[in-house]
Amino acid sequence: MDSFLALMNGFATALTPINLMWSLVGVTLGTLIGILPGIGPALTIALLLPVTRNLDPTGAFIMFAGLYYGAMYGSSTTSILLNTPGESGSIMTAVEGNVMAKQGRGAAALSTAAIGSFVAGTLGTLALTFLAPIFVKLALLFGPAEYFSLMIMAFTTVSALLGASISRGVAALLLGLAFGLVGTDILTGQPRLVFGYPSLLRGIDIVVVAVGLFAVGEALFMASQSSLRTAEILPIKGSLFMTREEWRRSWKPWLRGTALGFPFGALPAGGTEIPTFLSYFLEKKLTKHPEEFGRGAIEGVAGPEAANNAAVAGVLVPLLALGLPTSATAAILLAAFEQYNLQPGPLLFSGSSTLVWGLIASLYIGNVMLLVLNLPLVGLWVRLLSIPQPLLYGGILVFSTLGVYSLSNSTFDLLLLFIVGIIGFLMRRHEFPVAPCIIGLILGPLAEAQFRRALSISQGDPSVFVTHPLSAVLLALAAAVIIVPIILRRVKHV
Amino acid sequence: MKRRHVFVSLFAMALATGCFGMAAPALALDDLRIIAPAKPGGGWDQTARSLSEVMAAMGAKGGTVENVPGAGGTVGLAQLIDQEKGKGNVLMVNGLVMMGAILTNKSPVTLDMTTPIARLTGEYEVIVVPAASELKTVNDLVAKLKADPGAVAFGGGSAGGTDHILAGLIAKAAGADVAKLNYVPFSGGGEALAAVMGGHVVAGISGYGEWAGQIKSGELRALAISSPERQAGIDIATLKEQGVDVDLANWRAIIAPPGLDDAQKNALLGAVDAAVKSDAWKKVLTEKNWTDLYLPGDDFGKLVAAENARTTEILKGIGLVQ
Repeated sequence: MDSFLALMNGFATALTPINLMWSLVGVTLGTLIGILPGIGPALTIALLLPVTRNLDPTGAFIMFAGLYYGAMYGSSTTSILLNTPGESGSIMTAVEGNVMAKQGRGAAALSTAAIGSFVAGTLGTLALTFLAPIFVKLALLFGPAEYFSLMIMAFTTVSALLGASISRGVAALLLGLAFGLVGTDILTGQPRLVFGYPSLLRGIDIVVVAVGLFAVGEALFMASQSSLRTAEILPIKGSLFMTREEWRRSWKPWLRGTALGFPFGALPAGGTEIPTFLSYFLEKKLTKHPEEFGRGAIEGVAGPEAANNAAVAGVLVPLLALGLPTSATAAILLAAFEQYNLQPGPLLFSGSSTLVWGLIASLYIGNVMLLVLNLPLVGLWVRLLSIPQPLLYGGILVFSTLGVYSLSNSTFDLLLLFIVGIIGFLMRRHEFPVAPCIIGLILGPLAEAQFRRALSISQGDPSVFVTHPLSAVLLALAAAVIIVPIILRRVKHV
Repeated sequence: MKRRHVFVSLFAMALATGCFGMAAPALALDDLRIIAPAKPGGGWDQTARSLSEVMAAMGAKGGTVENVPGAGGTVGLAQLIDQEKGKGNVLMVNGLVMMGAILTNKSPVTLDMTTPIARLTGEYEVIVVPAASELKTVNDLVAKLKADPGAVAFGGGSAGGTDHILAGLIAKAAGADVAKLNYVPFSGGGEALAAVMGGHVVAGISGYGEWAGQIKSGELRALAISSPERQAGIDIATLKEQGVDVDLANWRAIIAPPGLDDAQKNALLGAVDAAVKSDAWKKVLTEKNWTDLYLPGDDFGKLVAAENARTTEILKGIGLVQ
């Protein structure tokens, strides 16, 4: 129980008033940047680095950790209320959460997101405390072949989002895949589909497309509806917080989301988005109310929100244990470690154990703080929706534009945002689902890069995908996801 | 408002002197802007921020850092050339990686359209294998490369970047067919590191600092470092002393927009020179483990031309550039 004792010492470090203050500063700042699309935790920590140079490292890291968790929290708020995901990890939250908000159940959606994030963050931190070595070994087992098979498995989850018309859903997916091809090809450095615009060389940002399709597309769609002119105010129905029934339907998705999110965060190319897709898919398959999915199912918010927060805890596993950054934010944290002459890895735990365990303890504290900060605010947040719709959607447009501009100070991105927004408007008008487009954009480039890397390493031999045991298992799972429901249906009909 | 401004400046000065503890000679630069043609957090961004801090502490006004990420820095380069032309208050960080990106992207803007100011720092590259690898020395690696270049999958950073160029230079020096080089680019140092540690690639190439921890803890075995001679405090043999005649520094430099007159150019040269020679900058170098490779003005311009020739040749050999 060495870890336990060390953790208790960590709490002693983190619970000093000054460190509690840094934690509070971190979670508050994190919530704010999560709300604004574009500005993410990576950018914020980079900007804070020079300021924190003279700070005690423990305090600085406690603040950064709070900021990282807080950003995931804040992002869910705007996804649910304004259909504007601030981070790519909360795109799935917008899918069900915003429908719930429109039905007047925004408070329940916000609560399940906040409590789910708390549960996932706490369990994820527990896993980080006691199971880090196991997950590190697991993470290193994944090479390009395994990642490709994992992406194939993730692609099957798109079936949960295709909507009523399969051909429309697939068309949306293909549009997303096409967006993903734009930019510099990662394996050869050659430009693809850039049509001579240097700004397209860096590719089309996921946040630009997500905000364009969800927020701008919807604002344009609402403006085209005559109902908007009557300035209907969205009603807030029922109790502000979750009902007993909603609790009952949330707790299992929280746990399953955590179980999916944490390992993905620990994978060097895992990310926070894919576990949210998997979680949404899983909840839709397991729920007793599949007909509610797409019409405001609370499971569809609870699961993905838990998954993205657990993934954040997972990211810290390879960072602290191996010095391996698995996300942009982790890379900045690594730079921060170096600023204090600390070298993450096995030596960090022995050399600077006060700092490491203080940091881990502060993750528990940060989680509690976020819950305390966010739950009372739920009632306040949902009032946003009582703004008359023309003003609300006008505000959403301003807010999206501001957020996307802050992404890389590029007017080109703004142009792109509105082009994608018009595409989103047309898709809504002709009843194409938008979520498959985002999934195509996120998974397409990852799958392609890993596929080509795997073949490059094997010198063109495609059998690697089935001869690597882990890869074979993942492909078999993907096949099962597609085939088993078909067989079940046949059996039922006979 | 005026009074508040004074307070803020006083506070900033207090901070600056607190940080660096020195009386700074004043720099006569107004509204300085430094473009970091990359996302926040990477080497170019940190170079821009550190330089801006040092120059601001020495009296340069402004000192904002603008991130213009994308395409190996060529998006930022296009902005510098098209929109900042003739402006004597703008600097941009660049480096060897940008050179490769210009070539592979077939970029319409190139480095010789800019005003060279100075090479600032550099980092040498390491060639590593997983601890369990059968390859013990660079000679083992060279032998394997000669026998079958495709069988040596190198993992490293972006295509056409410094890591890729070094892999090509090693293959060429080894007498192997460069066109058959099997280089697998990864996005971000973390992914490449995981691929090497997990044994998914045969060897890995990266800046020394990025993987120093794993080399020290024994999870990675360093076969060689790409410096011309041994580096103090780093117990790794150079490529040259092991018979592979290659040295390569991943240098970072500072350039200015085109169309500057001599007075503007000299003001920038002088300001950067003063900053680089300050104690504050030396402190930054030790803190970040950057090697000082300061080379100002025309000499830097000549280096750019030489490096461009070498990079073009090797990337053509690899087949990334026609």
